[in-house]
Amino acid sequence: MRHELNLSCEKSRLADLRLFLSKVLEPVGISEIAKNQIILAVEEVCANLIIHSHECNPKDCIHLKVMVHEQKIIFEIADSGLAFNLLEYQSPALSEVVRKKKKGGLGILLVRKIMDKIEFENREDKNICRLVKRLNSK
Amino acid sequence: MLEITQTKDEACTIITLKGEVDASNSVELDAAIQEAVKSGSKNILVEGNALEYISSAGLGVFMSYLEDFQESNISFIIFGLSEKVGNVFHILGLDQLITLVGNKEEALARIYEA
Repeated sequence: MRHELNLSCEKSRLADLRLFLSKVLEPVGISEIAKNQIILAVEEVCANLIIHSHECNPKDCIHLKVMVHEQKIIFEIADSGLAFNLLEYQSPALSEVVRKKKKGGLGILLVRKIMDKIEFENREDKNICRLVKRLNSK
Repeated sequence: MLEITQTKDEACTIITLKGEVDASNSVELDAAIQEAVKSGSKNILVEGNALEYISSAGLGVFMSYLEDFQESNISFIIFGLSEKVGNVFHILGLDQLITLVGNKEEALARIYEA
C-alpha cells in the first residue's frame, strides 16, 4: 500500500501529519508503542524541515510518501529547501543538552534510535530523506 | 491541542498536561514551567495522565530546566505517563535524568522522603 501527503510548512500542520500517519499505520500489526515511535520519528524529520529548512513558510511544502510492505515500511520525505542531511548531523550528548540548556537536538537522536535505516539523497534541487522501519514479526 | 493547568498549594505546584506536546506548542509548556519556577515553588510536579503525545520539542523543554532545578534545589517529578508516552523518555534514557513515577501519591512520597 502506498500513501501520500502534502504538508505545508507550518508547525500547526504537525497534528495533521500525526493523524495521517496513525491512519496509515492502523492496519499494520504492531503495538501502540511501536506505532507511536514511528509517528514520532517521521514527525521529527518533518518538523526539522519545516522549522530549519523552510523557516515555517506556509507557501513551502514537503511531500511525504509511505510505502507499507509486509516486512518493512518506507517513508520518503521530499522537499526543495535548504538541504539538511540527517546523516551528517552530529547529535549532541545528553549531558551537553542539559549543560547548554539546549531545547533542540534530541529529535534526530530519536529518529536514529527508532528507524532501522536512514538515507539521504539530493537530486537536482530536491532533497529526499528515506526512513526505513523493519517490521519484525516476533 | 494542548491544555495546561497549574495548581499550587503549600507543598507543591502541579502542572497538568492534557493532549499533545509538539513543536507548535512546546513554548506553552516552557512558559508553565517558568511560571512555576518563578513562583518560588520547591516542588514541581507534572501530571501526565492525559498526555497523549510528546515530541522532542517537549522533551527539550524539560531538559532545558534540569540545571535550574538543581541550582534552585527544586524537586521535579513527572507522574502518570502512559506506557506509550513514557516509552519516548526511555528511548533517549531521559528516565535516568528526570524522576518518573506512576501516580501522584508516589510523587508526593518522593517529596516527603527527600
